[in-house]
Amino acid sequence: MANTIELWIGALLTLMIFSFLYKDNPFYKFAEHLFVGVSAAYWMVIGIWSTLMPNLVGRIAPDALQGIINMPEDARPQYHFLIPAVFGLLMLTRLVERVSWFSRWAMAFVIGFAAGTNFTRYLQSDFVGQIYNSMLPLVVIGGGGVAIGPTISAIILIVGVICALIYFFFSKEHTGTFGAASRLGIWFLMVTFGAAFGYTVMARISLLTGRMQYLGEWLGTMF
Amino acid sequence: MLRVQIPLIITFIVGAALIVAVFVPHFPFYEANENFSVYFDLIAVFAFILGGGNLLKIHGDRIWKKGRDWKYSMVTVVGFLAMLIVGALKIGGPPGLTGDVSADGSWFGFMYDAIFVPLQSTMFSLLAFFVASASYRAFRAKTKEASMLLVAAFIILIGRTPLGHYMTGWLPPELQFLHVPNLSNWILSIPNMAGQRAIMIGIALGIISTSLKLILGIERSYLGGESK
Amino acid sequence: MAEDRPSTEERKPAARKDVIDVLKAIDRRIIFLLIALAVILPLIFHLVFSVRTSPIVQAIFDKVEALPPGSKVMVSFDYGPSTVPENQPMAEAVCRHILAKDLKLYMMAVWATGPPQVEVLATNVIERDFPSKAYGVDWINLGYKAGNQGLINAILLNLKGMYTTDVHGASIDGFEMMKDVQNLTDMSLIICIGSGFPGVREWVQFAGDPGRIPVAGGVTAVEAPLLYPYYPRQLLGLMGGLQGAAEYEAAVVKKYPQYKEHAEKAVKLMGPQTVAHLVIIAFVIIGNIAFFGERRRLTRAKKG
Repeated sequence: MANTIELWIGALLTLMIFSFLYKDNPFYKFAEHLFVGVSAAYWMVIGIWSTLMPNLVGRIAPDALQGIINMPEDARPQYHFLIPAVFGLLMLTRLVERVSWFSRWAMAFVIGFAAGTNFTRYLQSDFVGQIYNSMLPLVVIGGGGVAIGPTISAIILIVGVICALIYFFFSKEHTGTFGAASRLGIWFLMVTFGAAFGYTVMARISLLTGRMQYLGEWLGTMF
Repeated sequence: MLRVQIPLIITFIVGAALIVAVFVPHFPFYEANENFSVYFDLIAVFAFILGGGNLLKIHGDRIWKKGRDWKYSMVTVVGFLAMLIVGALKIGGPPGLTGDVSADGSWFGFMYDAIFVPLQSTMFSLLAFFVASASYRAFRAKTKEASMLLVAAFIILIGRTPLGHYMTGWLPPELQFLHVPNLSNWILSIPNMAGQRAIMIGIALGIISTSLKLILGIERSYLGGESK
Repeated sequence: MAEDRPSTEERKPAARKDVIDVLKAIDRRIIFLLIALAVILPLIFHLVFSVRTSPIVQAIFDKVEALPPGSKVMVSFDYGPSTVPENQPMAEAVCRHILAKDLKLYMMAVWATGPPQVEVLATNVIERDFPSKAYGVDWINLGYKAGNQGLINAILLNLKGMYTTDVHGASIDGFEMMKDVQNLTDMSLIICIGSGFPGVREWVQFAGDPGRIPVAGGVTAVEAPLLYPYYPRQLLGLMGGLQGAAEYEAAVVKKYPQYKEHAEKAVKLMGPQTVAHLVIIAFVIIGNIAFFGERRRLTRAKKG
């Protein structure tokens, strides 16, 4: 019974959203505003029960959570978790105009963490890692001799990376050989964007297919 | 001092400790890395609470002042409070508060399945229609580069479906590189990879330099208007 | 009276509409209707095609296939209801393969909307095809923790520091399969099923590269081309979109035909996908015909 009610509510909300395709209307606006409220509360509730209670409150005052969260029997208070508790409360001061500047301290921690981790991670994975990945043999040997197809592909790959990087280098004017390399880079980027467009279409159609299947299930309960 | 200097000091200490921890994975930097990661995760939850509070503030204000679309704001607030209450109190699920918040029979789980899932899924599925409309209205082969983009897109669109196999599956082994699925795999693995790699390297350089500027206090835009 | 007579301009007959005028002014609601039909009709008529596995997807299958029984595999459910049609089939295909190989399946989420998808998988895959697999011995759902890339960074160093309980609130130390797990480096393979941030990229950056742990991914089609630069050295394989999910399903069914009945969800959806792609290509061609036709007409009008 609950499943049937769930299916009907879900189908009606789905049709309300789809009504936007004809034109904007109160049903769509209702569904859109309901979504905003419900999703904000969802993330908040999940965040509190999955992380805040066991990992913060449970660490500072494990005895206080008896009967609420399953804590290990030998759990002892770890008072250094007062640091994130204080920073978290400081973040909430953003809601009150007069003391909102306190939230900068919490933001500073968040920004410091993000900057510190991103610096090394992007340097390793997205910079050095990608240069390393591009260092491929230009001549590929296979089957007792030079493998023509893989060799051409390897050359195209390395030339493509260099030319596309040259396109993004704006400290030198794109003229002469440099300009020609830059124009070749544009061609590679066009293929990249074409592939991205093709995949984007694929993604969106898949999502629509899923919704149509759902509506089909709903109609199936009626006939 | 309190509004500018202390945040800059916090950013520097945290950022620098995390960078050093990669090169010196021993006490105290290893522990700092571990603890700062956990602290970050916990502060992230307060950001969710801040988001919820901000939503109540904005929509509550609109309702109070009977601003534009205030009746829809009421829908937002009612939806938010209903989901929050049933979730915070774990109504409907196993007795007590120790169980899973979205356990079978819980009102939170019901609202998630009946309201959140259909709404989010349908919002995203609308994009299929707009992609189709955009394909008709905007994708013009006005230049050679645009034509190249469209040709690559067509090969991917056909090659990434079973149709590609049926279209060119009859080609002899010597011409298998023209078999549409092989062509689409090649496009993705070679020219697409080249372009994406160049973009990735460029973005990485930008992020690395911005991160360094943030840690050293050169970039202060996150502090707002009083950052000077 | 003179004012009642139409002017010379008004008396000219209206220009006849030709094909170009019709093609360039198609109402967008007709386009919406055609796309809807392109998806609905193949679903009604159960249009299904066979699918072949590409090398980038086969690489993931071969890696899982090569792992010895008892190896630990972490699967992260980093997606929500919005991308379930693409991500859920690949998650189910991968988990079905892992359990068929008697590997230990650890499931977690860096997205708050991930755990409900784990519950769906538990119903569709584990209870249906592997009822003998025991929770806490063969598979476990660790649930979600906030923190995005911070969570991955934290559990790379100390998994139990963040996960003190499983998703149902039971103490983590009570489970047999968690006894010898300290952090992510204890995993033989990490598979992220993702749809954005945080996702596969963050798993490569914060777990795969620093921890030297093999990482594979399954992502929405939008994200797939962006991750190719990581393949194959940083990302051993990648399932891209519904096609990627269908390819993995095809590989699983080929090796383990006993699961065919419930293991081809993505394969069955490739029919509407194929027809819709053809319709999109037709729209692009029609739009360009209209554009070039109009341009030629204007050029002729200027010359004439």
